[in-house]
Amino acid sequence: MKNNFLSFVKKESLHILRDVRTMMIVLLIPVVLMILFGFAISTEVNNLDVAVVAPNRTESVRQTVDRLSRNPYFTLIDYIDNNDIDKVLRSGKANVVVLFDEDYDKLLAQRSEGIDTKPAVQFIFDASNTNLAQTGAIYLQNAIATEHSQQEMLNMHLLYNPQMKSAYNFVPGIMGLIFILICAMMTSISIVREKEVGTMEVLLVSPVRPIKIILAKMIPYFVISCINLVTILLIARYLLYIPLDGVWGGVIVMSIVYLLLSLALGLFISTVSSSQVVALLVSAMVLLLPMMMLSGMLFPLENLPMILKPLPNIVPARWYIDAIRKLMIMGLPLSAVMKELIILVIMAFVLMGISLKNFKDKLE
Amino acid sequence: MRQLLILIQKEFIQIFRNPLLPKLILIFPVMVMLVMPWVTTMDVRNVGVAIIDDDCSTLSYRIKSDIRAAEYFTINDEPNTHEEALRLLEDSKIDIILLIPDDFERNITSVSPKKLDISANAVNATKGSLGSQYLVQTIASTMSKYMSEQGRSHLSDFVVIQNRYNPTLNYRNLMIPALMIMLVILICGFLSSVNIVSEKENGTIEQINVTPIGKFTFVLAKLIPFWLIGLFVVTVAMIVAWLVYDLVPVGSLGNIYFATILFILCFSGFGVTIANISDNIQQTMFMMFFFIVIFILLSGLLTPISSMPDWAQKFTMLLPPRYYIDIMRSVYLKGAVFMELWHNFAALGVFVIIFNLLATITYKKQV
Amino acid sequence: MSDVIISVKDLTKRFGDFTAVNRITFDVERGEIFGFLGANGAGKTTAMRMLCGLSYPTSGSGTVAGYDVMREGEMIKRHIGYMSQRFSLYNDLTVWENIRLFAGIYGLSKSETESRATELLRRLNFTSERDTLVGALPLGWKQKLSFAVATIHRPEVVFLDEPTGGVDPITRRQFWEMIYEAADSGTTIFVTTHYMDEAEYCTRVSIMVDGEVRALDTPARLKEQFVAESMDEVFRILARGAKRGE
Repeated sequence: MKNNFLSFVKKESLHILRDVRTMMIVLLIPVVLMILFGFAISTEVNNLDVAVVAPNRTESVRQTVDRLSRNPYFTLIDYIDNNDIDKVLRSGKANVVVLFDEDYDKLLAQRSEGIDTKPAVQFIFDASNTNLAQTGAIYLQNAIATEHSQQEMLNMHLLYNPQMKSAYNFVPGIMGLIFILICAMMTSISIVREKEVGTMEVLLVSPVRPIKIILAKMIPYFVISCINLVTILLIARYLLYIPLDGVWGGVIVMSIVYLLLSLALGLFISTVSSSQVVALLVSAMVLLLPMMMLSGMLFPLENLPMILKPLPNIVPARWYIDAIRKLMIMGLPLSAVMKELIILVIMAFVLMGISLKNFKDKLE
Repeated sequence: MRQLLILIQKEFIQIFRNPLLPKLILIFPVMVMLVMPWVTTMDVRNVGVAIIDDDCSTLSYRIKSDIRAAEYFTINDEPNTHEEALRLLEDSKIDIILLIPDDFERNITSVSPKKLDISANAVNATKGSLGSQYLVQTIASTMSKYMSEQGRSHLSDFVVIQNRYNPTLNYRNLMIPALMIMLVILICGFLSSVNIVSEKENGTIEQINVTPIGKFTFVLAKLIPFWLIGLFVVTVAMIVAWLVYDLVPVGSLGNIYFATILFILCFSGFGVTIANISDNIQQTMFMMFFFIVIFILLSGLLTPISSMPDWAQKFTMLLPPRYYIDIMRSVYLKGAVFMELWHNFAALGVFVIIFNLLATITYKKQV
Repeated sequence: MSDVIISVKDLTKRFGDFTAVNRITFDVERGEIFGFLGANGAGKTTAMRMLCGLSYPTSGSGTVAGYDVMREGEMIKRHIGYMSQRFSLYNDLTVWENIRLFAGIYGLSKSETESRATELLRRLNFTSERDTLVGALPLGWKQKLSFAVATIHRPEVVFLDEPTGGVDPITRRQFWEMIYEAADSGTTIFVTTHYMDEAEYCTRVSIMVDGEVRALDTPARLKEQFVAESMDEVFRILARGAKRGE
C-alpha cells in the first residue's frame, strides 16, 4: 500500500516536471513579484509637482519658490498664469498650485509686525489624489513657513520600520498573495483536469483509497510551494534586507500552515467546480481581489462599515499577513501569534474536511 | 463579414450557455463595487493613541482633549510608563505613543523648548505614517491656537488650502475608477485568454484552422464579445457608483467609453496573445495571473506612481492600465477634456496596435 | 478519366531529430476512396495534417486540389473538408448551431445553409436532435455529425482521420455508407483507419510503416502481392519490421 502511494506521488511529480514552462512560471512568479514590489510599491508621498502663480515676482516670492525647488519633495513645474490653474491641475501636469497674493510682500511685512492679515498664500490641490493632497499640504506648509515649523516641537519615532521602507509593509502581503493563489490554482486545476480528461476515473478504480490519491496530488505542489517559500525568504533577507534572524522558525511554521491551508482551498475549489475553466476563474479571478483588498495588505481594515467588518475575518491571507508582520518586522516570538496560528489551523482542517467529504460524496 | 457575424454569434451562444460566465459577468462587478470601495480607503480611523502625560499642565490637558475630540483617534489605554506603552504597542493594542515631557508648557517660550515625542508602529505603513501625520496636524493646530492666545504669530491662517475636485478628500472617489479598471482587467483578461486556450484543449480550434477562415477574422470574433462585455461591466460599475456612492463623472461619458473601448481592445489582444503562446489552460492562467498582478499593483491603481523609484516609474510606461487610469480619474473626478489627455489616448492606441498585431501573428493556423 | 487531385512527392516532416514522415510519394485520383493505413505512430496523422494545410512540410512537395501545400495552405482549405481523430465540434453548441457555424465559415449563404442543413439532418435521421447539445450525443452520432459538417460545403476532397475509432459496428457500417454516398457524388475520400476490414472498402490503399509508404495498390492486388488472405494479413506482414511501436 505504501509503495502504491509513493508511486502515485512519483507519477504526479513527473506530470509537473514534464510541463517545463508551467514549472518555470510557477517558480519565477514569486521572485519577480517580490523584487518588483519590494522595491517599487510605496504609499509614501515623496514627490509633489508644484506650479506657481505669482502676479508679482518679488524678491521674497522668488526666495520662497527657490526654497521649494531645492526641497527634494517638490518638483517645480513652472510659473503659470492665473487662468491656467484649472488646466494644469486637470491635465495632471501639477499636483498643486501655489498661489502668492498680489501683495505678498506687504502682507508679510504686516504680519511680522503682528497685524492680522488676510492669507498671503493659497495652495490649490488636485484633491482627486487624496493621499497626495493630504500629505502634500503638511509638507508644503512646513516648507513655506518662515517661522518655527511645528515639526521642531516634535520628535518623531517610527518603531520597527524606521525608514518607513515599503518593502517591510508589502513583503508579508505579497507572500500571502502568492502562496494562496499559486497553491490554490495549481491544485484545483490539476484535480479538475484529471476529472475532465477522465483519468480520474482510472485512478479511482485502482485499489488505492481516494484520500491517498488526493494527498498524492497535493504533495508535489506542497514541495513546489516550499521551494517558493525558501526563495521568497532569501529574497526578503538578502535583497530587501528584512531582518529575519531569530524568527526563521516562526515564519516557516506559520508559512507551512498557510501553505497547507492554501492547498486545502485548492482542493475545495476543485470539488465545487465542474470544469477547468470554472476552477481557474474562481481561484484566479474571484479570489484575487479579496486577497488583495481584504487582507490588510494595502488598505487598513479598520474603516470598514460595521456590516462589512466580519468579512476580512474569513480571508485567510488576513491572518497570515498579520502574523508574518508581527514575526518578521516586529521580531516577536511565535507565541505572540498563537491566535493567528490557531485560526489558520482550524481553517485548514475545516476546508480539508469539507472538500474530502465533497469529494467522497461525488464518488458515491 | 457574414463569417465574422456567425463566429461572433457562436461566441455569444457559448458564453451565455456557460453555467458560470453570465453570472460572473453580472454579479462580480456588482459585488466588487458594493464592497470594495469601503475597503479601499487610506483614511485611517481608530488610530490607537496612548498618551503619557508627564507635564500635567493646562497645555498638555488641551492637547489631550483635542486628540480625544479628533475623529481619527481612539484613546482606550492610559499607560503610566513608556515601557508599559511599548508593550501595548507590541500587542497591537495601540498604534502611536505620545509622550508629553514634564515642564513642557513652562519651557515652551524658552530658547530651547522641550519637545513632544511621538512613537508610531510603522509596520503597517499607512496607519503608522498617516496616523502620526494626523497626530502632528492635530497637535499643531492646538499649538498654534495656544500660541496666538499667547500673542505670538502663527501659521495656520497665513496659508489657505483649497482642495479642488474632491473637496472632502474622500479616498473612495479616487479608488472607484481604479476598481472599475480592475474589473475590466480581470474579466476581459482572464476570460479572453481562457476562451482561446480552452478551444485549444478541446481540439475545436483545429477544426477551425482547417477552414479557410482568415486569422484576423477569427481573432476579431474572439475580441468583439469581450469588448461588449467589458463595456457592459464598466456601465454596471458606473451605475452602482452613481446609485450607492453618488459619484458621477464630471467629464464626458464619451471620453470614458472611448478609453474603455481602447483599453479592452488592447487587453483582450494581450489575453489572446498569451493564450496563443501557451499549451494549456494552466500555463495561460499563470501567465495572465502574473501580468495581471503586475498591472494592478504597479499601474498606479492602488498606490501612486509618483511614489515609486525612478526605474519603476519608467517601467510603468510599459503598462497600458497606467494610461487608462489616468484618463478615468481625470475625466471622472476632474472633468478633463480630450485635448488634455490626448497623449494617454495615443499611448493606449499604440498598445492596441501592438497587442492585436501580436495576437494575430502568434495565432498560427499552419505550423 | 485519370484526374489526379492529390499529388505528393518526397514529402517529409521532421520534429527535431525525429523524422515523423519520411519522403512519401503518391498520387490520389479524383473520386477515389484512398485508404491511408499504418500502425499508431507510423506518421499518418502528421502526413494528413500537412496535406490539409495545418502543418508545413520540412521538405518535398505536394499539391491538393491543384494548390501547393507549402505556399497555398489557405487555398487548399477552401476545397477540402477535414474530420480529426479527436471529436472537435463544439460540445456546448447544438447540432443545428454547429452546422450553421461551419456552413457560415465556408461562406454558404443563409438559404443554402438552410436547405443543405435540413437535407443533411433528414439523411442522418437527426431531425429530432436538431436542438440537442452536441455534447449530449452518443459518440457514434457525433462522428456522423462531424462527417456531415466536414462535407457541408461539398469539398473536392475530404480528409478523415480515424473516423470510426471507438464506434460500434452498426454505426461504422452506416458511416461507411455515408462515405460511399459522398464518393459517388464525386468527392475524393482520404481516410486513415486501423480497422483492416475497412481497408477492404477502399479503392486503393497505402500502408505506412515508420514514416514511409511501404505499399500502395488496390486491396485485391496487395493481397495477391503479399500472398495473403486478407488485408489484415498484409498489414501484419508489413508491420512486423516496424521499429516504432505504441
